Amino acid sequence: MSLSPDEVRHVAGLARLALTDEEVAELAPQLSSILDYAEQVGEVAAEDVPASTHPFPLANVLRPDEPRPSLSREDVLAGAPEVEQDRFAVPRIVAEEG
Amino acid sequence: MAADVTLTGLSASELAQRLRDREVSALEVAEAHLERIAAHDGVEAGGDEWVARDADALGERDVHAYLHVTAAAAREHAADVDRRRAAGEELAPLAGVPVAIKDVLTTRGVPTTCGSRMLEGWVPPYDATVTERLRAGDLVALGKTNMDEFAMGSSTENSAYGPTRNPWDLGRVPGGSSGGSAAAVAGRLAPLSIGTDTGGSIRQPAALTGIVGAKPTYGTVSRYGLVAFASSLDQAGPFARTVEDAARLHALIAGHDPRDSTSVRETAPDVLGPLREGVEGLRIGVVRELAGEGYEPGVERAFADVLERYERLGAEIVEVSLPHADYALAAYYLIAPSEASSNLARFDGVRYGLRVDAATAEEMNAATREAGFGPEVKRRIMIGTHALSSGYYDAYYLQASKVRTLIARDFAAAFEQADVLISPTSPSVSFRLGELVDDPLAMYLNDVATVPGSLAGIPALSLPAGTAPAPDDPDAALPVGLQVMAPLLRDELMYRAAWALEQDLGPLAAPTGPSALEVA
Repeated sequence: MSLSPDEVRHVAGLARLALTDEEVAELAPQLSSILDYAEQVGEVAAEDVPASTHPFPLANVLRPDEPRPSLSREDVLAGAPEVEQDRFAVPRIVAEEG
Repeated sequence: MAADVTLTGLSASELAQRLRDREVSALEVAEAHLERIAAHDGVEAGGDEWVARDADALGERDVHAYLHVTAAAAREHAADVDRRRAAGEELAPLAGVPVAIKDVLTTRGVPTTCGSRMLEGWVPPYDATVTERLRAGDLVALGKTNMDEFAMGSSTENSAYGPTRNPWDLGRVPGGSSGGSAAAVAGRLAPLSIGTDTGGSIRQPAALTGIVGAKPTYGTVSRYGLVAFASSLDQAGPFARTVEDAARLHALIAGHDPRDSTSVRETAPDVLGPLREGVEGLRIGVVRELAGEGYEPGVERAFADVLERYERLGAEIVEVSLPHADYALAAYYLIAPSEASSNLARFDGVRYGLRVDAATAEEMNAATREAGFGPEVKRRIMIGTHALSSGYYDAYYLQASKVRTLIARDFAAAFEQADVLISPTSPSVSFRLGELVDDPLAMYLNDVATVPGSLAGIPALSLPAGTAPAPDDPDAALPVGLQVMAPLLRDELMYRAAWALEQDLGPLAAPTGPSALEVA
């Protein structure tokens, strides 16, 4: 299928990518040709075939719910771009009420 | 005194023997490799930590296999191995042998970038299980190797830190995404290295650089600390210059790990025991679909030569079919990007890596991701997001996952007729830097022979199988790889078949010619 520049912008919004107009113009034909190729999977008759997401049958893997040593708070926060009061700091998420 | 340069030409098994016999010290071995890295890799050597030069400051003869060289830590570990050996301590089989690690595996206290600006300067607070196992086996880590950003690519040109060059021809690519690890071993900048393979990222660079590279059965090597690209496919594995060395490294890193919920509980197969059993009576299946159109004539000639050799060695050659293999690449390029789009959502400018400031959290996320990811990563995130989005999920992701089931069934049926399957690893020999970089789909076709096995989770390796000319240079002699695939959890069979062929072929001559890296 071919993706229009507007569709590319829509997908970029879902993917949280602030693409430039140039990137949108470049990506539209590239993504279209990749999707055209990938659409071949639709030629395979597979209605009755179960989907597999993994090479082995997987069950949930549980461990005992017991406290164990883990990374220190200092270690975890060391790589963060911004830290405030021993927490990850982010810009405002909820708008202030007027 | 200058370090003994010939040490860098020895295999890991030869080095281990000399270390055990105390003919050479681990420190001398580390020093010889560090000297060679300083001379040929384009790093700022000197001091405790060596960092690769910026891409625009690299020379045309710099391999650029390493992003970061832990010189002081390597010397310290090597000296410690020597001390313990001198004290009579019983050491692991490969103790004191150097190793290089792909920069997608976490290393506590050592920067881990995944070849991305997104993680520039990030220092992980923990070791990957693979990193721990290497350390426990007393392999001396030399540093972290270059790769396509987040392991997405087939040439290492998608690294944010500049491409790695192929030691066979410094104007050509080493393959990817584990191109740094492959070039390090091919260029005698390490005897062993670790790569990761999602759709061929160990096997294809092994083929293009004339070395051995193996993807173990999915789930037999822990993914803990392997920065995820496509979780149902990612698998770490060994690079080496001989089949035996690869098997030894494989044996060291494989095994159940409770920290990885997809780690298989079965005991990992013993890949070393049956190594020398030969191929007499072994049924070797030639996959009909992995040949013909798109495969270079030189690659096909080398493959035909392999068949003659296996027949002469007493193997039974059978033709097998994987009827859905023609759809594997299409399924892979929906499944892997879908998983990637989900996995890479974690790079949001909050917990680690880059942040680009903006007024709101959402704008900060989008600006950070726009600045931190390169073009190929963005393409895959876009494909994956689209394939998983409302209205497209059934036609793309779900259908691809059904095709995946059919491909796994195809393999199961083929392995009824044959013990191992073989094909060329890559349809082409190494191509020139820049040749495919503007044509994503053409680049993806590099993976046509490797992705079927990835989707099925089976073990597969590539070993050198002669040389062939390049389409743009009829006089060139560039490495061709043979892919050997085995049933799930039968990794020992691929090593056995590979070892027998390696004995028959003899060692691949080292790279030669004016465009090759000089090797001692």
